[in-house]
Amino acid sequence: MNVLIWTIAVVTVLGLVLALVLYLVAQRFKVEEDPRIDEVEKAMPGANCGGCGFAGCRAFAEAAVKAPNLDNNYCPVGGNDTMAKVAAILGYEVKAKAPMVAVVRCNGNCEARPKVNEYDGYASCYVKSLLYTGDTGCSFGCLGCGDCVNACQFGALSMDPVTGLPVVDQEKCTACGACVKACPKRIIELRPKGPRGMRMYVSCVNKDKGPVAKKACANACIGCGICAKTCTHEAITVEGNVAYIDPAKCKLCRECEAMCPTGAIHGVNFPKPLDKEAIKERIKIRQQKAKEAANV
Amino acid sequence: MSKHTFSIGGVHPHDNKISRECALQQLPIAPAVYIGVSQHIGAPSVPCVAVGDKVKVGQVIAEPGGFVGAFIHSSVSGTVKSIAPRADLAGRSTTHIEIAVEGDEWLEGIDTSDTLVTAIPEDAKTIVEKIRLGGVVGLGGATFPTHVKLSPPPGSKCERVIINGCECEPYLTSDFRTLLEKGEQVVVGAALLQKAMGGVPCTIAIEENKPEAIAHIREVIAKLGYKDLDVMVMKMMYPQGGEKQLIDAVMHRQVGSGALPISVGAVVQNVATALAVYEAVQKNKPIIDNSVTVTGECFPKQANLIVRVGTPLQYIIDYLGGIPADAVKIISGGPMMGRAVANLQAATVKGTGALLFLTEKQTRRAPETNCIRCGKCADACPMGLEPFLLNKLSKAADWEACEANAAQDCIECGCCLYSCPAHIPLLDNIRVGKGFVLSAIRARAKK
Repeated sequence: MNVLIWTIAVVTVLGLVLALVLYLVAQRFKVEEDPRIDEVEKAMPGANCGGCGFAGCRAFAEAAVKAPNLDNNYCPVGGNDTMAKVAAILGYEVKAKAPMVAVVRCNGNCEARPKVNEYDGYASCYVKSLLYTGDTGCSFGCLGCGDCVNACQFGALSMDPVTGLPVVDQEKCTACGACVKACPKRIIELRPKGPRGMRMYVSCVNKDKGPVAKKACANACIGCGICAKTCTHEAITVEGNVAYIDPAKCKLCRECEAMCPTGAIHGVNFPKPLDKEAIKERIKIRQQKAKEAANV
Repeated sequence: MSKHTFSIGGVHPHDNKISRECALQQLPIAPAVYIGVSQHIGAPSVPCVAVGDKVKVGQVIAEPGGFVGAFIHSSVSGTVKSIAPRADLAGRSTTHIEIAVEGDEWLEGIDTSDTLVTAIPEDAKTIVEKIRLGGVVGLGGATFPTHVKLSPPPGSKCERVIINGCECEPYLTSDFRTLLEKGEQVVVGAALLQKAMGGVPCTIAIEENKPEAIAHIREVIAKLGYKDLDVMVMKMMYPQGGEKQLIDAVMHRQVGSGALPISVGAVVQNVATALAVYEAVQKNKPIIDNSVTVTGECFPKQANLIVRVGTPLQYIIDYLGGIPADAVKIISGGPMMGRAVANLQAATVKGTGALLFLTEKQTRRAPETNCIRCGKCADACPMGLEPFLLNKLSKAADWEACEANAAQDCIECGCCLYSCPAHIPLLDNIRVGKGFVLSAIRARAKK
């Protein structure tokens, strides 16, 4: 019996002494941390995707708390809602940003862009791009091994087995930019989602001269510049034989899409299908009027 | 007789030198040649002819774009048709000078006779200058401008010139035929390189699977009576012909990470380069042609051809009877380090050494399975790296760790991939890591 009492007593006293030591050490060496970091981290989506440019949500929270404002810290995944919460915690102002979405700027499907050789190596776009320009005549387009699909943490990208091109699920895409970095051909671009999802873009990055590009791919932008001449909003520039639509200036009139001879310009999520003839007629009348005005 | 080889790693693929009996043969000149301006490591050359100009064989058509650069000469006589981008072997668009061939008129001053000129110029500088003007680049595959290699940075001293006649890649026989048929020229070329480096000893390293070449070169050296020039018989081992491996095998010295061979006192030149040096210095003939092995088990008319630079591959293949029905892949270079040809309209460059035809069975990749940690890749790596680890780090995109584990030292010989029983694409992944590490190192150097 005695042994039992002694054992309990010794262990209890030992426990108390050690607890006291631990307490004193913890007091002496405690790390002061801004409690707001935890709060900000809780408000984050917790995907740790790195889309903000930091290693993860915690790293973003630390940077956001330290920074004097939120201009350079923005969580693309959480978007404006999350940033509003973060701003409320930190007492900062935050500018609302237009929600973005990944856009695949290549429409070289199997039909339009026939294969000229067969790649049988390791299925990775990056490895493939190190070896050569790809299995089609176009040296700028999608390589089709799905590095972007593997990079996406949100399941927003998938390869279309019919076209051999990646497809973005715009509901799932958080615009974290992982696919943009993963694509060795730099085909994927983050563009504003646009009002009700409506947006225009040039679905080609081929910088070859017109005939070369056209020979490699029927859907290529040939850099003819008709779109730039048609556009009344100065939203389109043609540089290096490929057109680019500035989303900030584009008014979604779809005139460029109607005029594009190769169908390289795409408009998505428009409620009505494109009426090419009506738009061409409209442009014709406008140009005639402009001519008459110039003559007068 | 003891045989030399490098100290770590290496594999022993079957040598398959099936075209070894095919004598060197001149390929007729193609109707049009396309001469690229980027045929060497370093800055692309700048074209110095205009469309419509008449050029002769051996005339300079592009000048070096920097110190590490090379002259490019017309390989044919005719009219410049265009200077425009054109897809190379890998489909990448580079500037090519198209020349429509008219006759075969050589520039004056080029000695086209067969007489052997054995008198070595006294001045080393003259030799190097002539090599520079001849547009000579390393023909072992890397195409590094030879005159740059022969101009060691101040403070370093060359102690031995090594002529690389290993030809350790399976299938390739062009160097072997060159040694056998143009042995005298190669030996004079070696003596010229020796002189250019200040009269240091010179070793011609030949692998034991070429006994005829070894005997012939020994005979030639005895006949010509050059001093400090010997033949070293090497054990058959891949990648013996790798620069760092060969220095290890011949001189028992290791070149450090990121260092040049000159740091251990070695200058390595290929057999074909030695021949080009002979022609440039003694005959005033710049590099306008090179020998190309066309081979493969499925290719009936194997040949060792002397091909003018800029000849379209399709022309070579058509000359030899077209692509065999069962060939599925054409490789430019050997099976270990060569690259698959994506574009048969592409033209040969100075460094094109072989065209290899492979069948479906030979090129089939076995499905990848899990790493079983057998360590064969680490045993095989001649650079002493750990391919399994680099593969993993590269896949995880951990470039700092890749650098810490010396991914930048990979010579891309493919021994790891060759030896892996799990068929893991080790080299493919390591190449990715190496690329990122090298660009990070370059970015740091710029800062």
